[in-house]
Amino acid sequence: MNLDSKIPAGPLADKWNNHKAKLRLVNPANRRKYHIIVVGSGLAGSAAAASFAEMGYEVSCFCYQDSPRRAHSIAAQGGINAAKNYQNDGDSVRRLFQDTIKGGDYRAREANVYRLAQVSTNIIDQCVAQGVPFAREYGGLLANRSFGGAQVSRTFYARGQTGQQLLIGAYSALSRQIGLGTVKMYTRHEMLDLVLVGGKAKGIVTRDLVTGAIESWSSDVVVVCTGGYGNVFYLSTNAQGCNVTATFRAHRRGAGFANPCYTQIHPTCIPVHGEDQSKLTLMSESLRNDGRVWVPKNKADCAKPASEIPEDARDYFLERKYPSYGNLAPRDIASRAAKEVCDEGRGVGQMVDGKRLGVYLDFSAAIKRLGEAEVRARYGNLFDMYENITGENAYKQPMRIFPAVHYTMGGLWVDYNLQSNIPGLFVGGEANFSDHGANRLGASALMQGLADGYFVLPYTVTDYLAGEKPGSRPSVDAPEFKAVAKDVNDRVAKLLSINGTKSPRYYHKALGKITWEKCGMARDKAGLEGAIRDLQALREDFWKNVKVVGTGDALAPELERAGRVADFLDFGIMMCLDALKREESCGGHFRTEHQDAGEAKRDDAQFAHAAVWEWTGDGQLPVRHVEPLVYEETQLSTRSYK
Amino acid sequence: MVQDNGKEQTLALKLRVWRQRRGQPGAFEEHSLAAVPTSASFLEMMDMLNEQLIKEGKDTFAFDHDCREGICGMCSMTINGMPHGPIPGVTTCQLHMRNFRDGETITVEPWRARAFPVLKDLAVDRSAFDKVIQSGGFITVRTGSAPEANNIPVPKPVADEAMDAAECIGCGACVASCKNGSAMLFVGAKINHLNILPQGQAERDRRTLAMVKTMDEAGFGNCTNYGECQAHCPKSITLDVIAKLNRDYLRARVKEFFSSTGKPSKGGD
Amino acid sequence: MALTGLILAGFVLGHMTGNLLVFKGPAALNEYAKWLHEHAGLLWVARSVLIISVFAHIWVGIQLALENRAARDGGPADDATRRASVASRTMPYSGVVILGFIVFHLLHYTFRTVALGGVTYGDDVYKMLIAGFSNKPVAAFYIISMLLLCLHLSHGVSSVFQTLGLRNERWRARLDGLALAYAWIIALGFISIPLAVLTGCLK
Repeated sequence: MNLDSKIPAGPLADKWNNHKAKLRLVNPANRRKYHIIVVGSGLAGSAAAASFAEMGYEVSCFCYQDSPRRAHSIAAQGGINAAKNYQNDGDSVRRLFQDTIKGGDYRAREANVYRLAQVSTNIIDQCVAQGVPFAREYGGLLANRSFGGAQVSRTFYARGQTGQQLLIGAYSALSRQIGLGTVKMYTRHEMLDLVLVGGKAKGIVTRDLVTGAIESWSSDVVVVCTGGYGNVFYLSTNAQGCNVTATFRAHRRGAGFANPCYTQIHPTCIPVHGEDQSKLTLMSESLRNDGRVWVPKNKADCAKPASEIPEDARDYFLERKYPSYGNLAPRDIASRAAKEVCDEGRGVGQMVDGKRLGVYLDFSAAIKRLGEAEVRARYGNLFDMYENITGENAYKQPMRIFPAVHYTMGGLWVDYNLQSNIPGLFVGGEANFSDHGANRLGASALMQGLADGYFVLPYTVTDYLAGEKPGSRPSVDAPEFKAVAKDVNDRVAKLLSINGTKSPRYYHKALGKITWEKCGMARDKAGLEGAIRDLQALREDFWKNVKVVGTGDALAPELERAGRVADFLDFGIMMCLDALKREESCGGHFRTEHQDAGEAKRDDAQFAHAAVWEWTGDGQLPVRHVEPLVYEETQLSTRSYK
Repeated sequence: MVQDNGKEQTLALKLRVWRQRRGQPGAFEEHSLAAVPTSASFLEMMDMLNEQLIKEGKDTFAFDHDCREGICGMCSMTINGMPHGPIPGVTTCQLHMRNFRDGETITVEPWRARAFPVLKDLAVDRSAFDKVIQSGGFITVRTGSAPEANNIPVPKPVADEAMDAAECIGCGACVASCKNGSAMLFVGAKINHLNILPQGQAERDRRTLAMVKTMDEAGFGNCTNYGECQAHCPKSITLDVIAKLNRDYLRARVKEFFSSTGKPSKGGD
Repeated sequence: MALTGLILAGFVLGHMTGNLLVFKGPAALNEYAKWLHEHAGLLWVARSVLIISVFAHIWVGIQLALENRAARDGGPADDATRRASVASRTMPYSGVVILGFIVFHLLHYTFRTVALGGVTYGDDVYKMLIAGFSNKPVAAFYIISMLLLCLHLSHGVSSVFQTLGLRNERWRARLDGLALAYAWIIALGFISIPLAVLTGCLK
């Protein structure tokens, strides 16, 4: 497997500019002769598709939702980071770079992260010009808030729905191009496979979710921005439709999958309430700016209402353990701390499976300090949401929160140009592995999605296209397309014909139970080995006993879910394998064997690399390759937020 | 809610759910669910119904849903005659079963509007909304051509007002609740968001005229000021956006009527 | 709708004010009628505007109702109403009754083809009025029509502000109150006359 990262030479700060100056161009008259397929319409996908079309390429964009505006980027609440230093608190590109690389526990590629920090400022400019209604100060200039893992205020936000506002910005740019006819938008289309011709990505096969039609699409380049794989855990904060299928299908066609074990558990979610729960709801991390996290000091107090526990019987464990960052400790650390106190039996809230899995997030101090009106102005929508779901009023009693799967740092392996090891297959946003290492800092996902879509892919894809002859893309009648379309048709037919006894959701839940128990917040060798065996058995059972109702020629949600679960089953095995082979703790990957009194213990000598998995065939375990991470300007140190 | 003894309260429900295949007439089907936890969301209740149907070997009900946290705008059901159900300011996915009574019969229908044809069962085609946006719901700014963000000061009240409008999640409940099937609240919200910001001034008239035209062509009804849209909007967008849309539209039409290219007209005098 | 509605709403105010002259006695009312007829030019300008407005109002109203019905596609089987007022939901119906009333009213007073109370016609509007309202069904129809006009105006007048973009959440309640007050002033002004006749205050 060719894992040349193509990192440009030169000092970190100059790499991107030097590289951009060397990238090849395509002359404007030739651009319309190239067809670019963009899969996914979230921040990265919409931004890339709109930018390509503005440049003059012919673009087709696909999404499974009924409108590109619904992609799951929309659900991001808290904000987007940028090194603008508007607050005059010492922020800079280098500082954002350092925070991000440290936040990622030194498992991200230095050059990529530096570039991300560099273009972060352009993103804010672009979004403001598009009309994104960021919060403002009375002087009319942009406001900022602080966020986890940083000691400066560099997060731009739009109430509690920054994701929706940024996505609407990108969606409006995309919509403009659709209106102009330069982008053809295919909604309710799911990419079910990637087509390679002569070793290069040259198209995709999709299923029209409304009519069931399996269709082939040919292009000069394929850009996949299909998000993360958090739903491998069944319960996550991801949207119901989020899936690994597009990236996993590309993986099966030869694309390396990097670091699947890096999954992020978000500390501030609403605790699980029961068996029939379909999703976990995140409360923005920004709540930790003013909320204080605590549990009772004594187990005996856990069943009591919060109001009956006196101040001196409360353990503000984040403030106690991490005095300098306090409640704003990074996500992985805050999550693990919450798990720890719950494992000690000091969790609060209702019993689920004999455990109380929840900690308090208390706003009474903030309400006293700022007044209820100000707290309402800052977090009103989140408090409302909390009350809708739990029936509890968080102005009167503390919220209960517990960590939940939220984001996945792993993804398809890409080089500095965001190109996978398959030529012509580019990957942007959460779908790639490039920028967050083993843990993502808050407000950095939106930044990365838009950075990839607006400011990286347009340059690097152009460079690739400059090497492809205009008009050379194959016809969809080529044998390669026919063969892939046949595979897809066969698979759909197989799923519909098994006619077993258990629903796709049954398997999804069973899968989630295994992955969350064994490959969730804490992992160990025995557990992971057991999980791999269990998943293999579950996969076998799935292909014998799944029951998919509905027909292939209409909207068939069960068929959609079955296909996604099938890929998640294969993927879950790879994720556990990756976790098993990474014999260290870093960021979101916590191996109980490797710790210093509860703190993650990295092994830089052996594991300062990205693990990249190669597909070897159905029923076989994937093979691990390695891309060493070379740090030219960063001193690796133990991540401390104490 | 879970009680202190750990036993969850449950509801027995009768459901009348709309069943329809694309292009064919539909009808209600009746089903019962025995034990729905009050802590479940409405969509989780629908999941339970679908799982029960799978056990019975029947086709499930198709319905749109995605984020299940009230922001993507995908879920769309008319519950007992009310889009997004009985609790104002909440999407279907955020509606919880504790708001229903044991033994209750719940009627579940798709959005009903000519501009939103049914795709299957409870899922409808809302692409008309996208077309409205494509015709003008944007500020033209090429990637990379934006000026420094703080070069465009926006007074806080203006930014807040734009944000109020921008909270629209494009779910279509306004259309479904309007007794005229009108999309004025959606279009008003979209136009207002951009029209009141300084960045949106250059295209203000053009945007307004184009979006209203597309809206009319899509087969939506007209606003007769019922106010049902505001009452059913899960984001509580107010009729203000419609009033301002009307004002901007009048202004744009008047300006268009009196506009001149500044060159001699063909008839010339 | 708003423009023609505004003209018509203004007209009913003028009409009502004129009618109230009846309380000043037969001479005042008849003189007013005579004055109107002496200024035929003015009268016809006003009449033309009114006729155009009425027809336009009806035409657009019918179109709106048909378009809106089609756009609703039948609506939900179980349609709930959370906010829409009775007035707003009955606009076409109140409008039809008011139209019927206008036709009868014109036949009675303008074309004078309806004979009520056996009074000889002539230009004695006052007598015509007393004779007309002494007929109880006629008076009842008049009162009901005016109440429906009140309903129609209460929604119509407040809608004018919305359509012209002059309303917002802060002013909505006040403008709705204003519209309602206006509607009641018009209705009560008109209704006071048949009531006065029926109770014998006017003879």
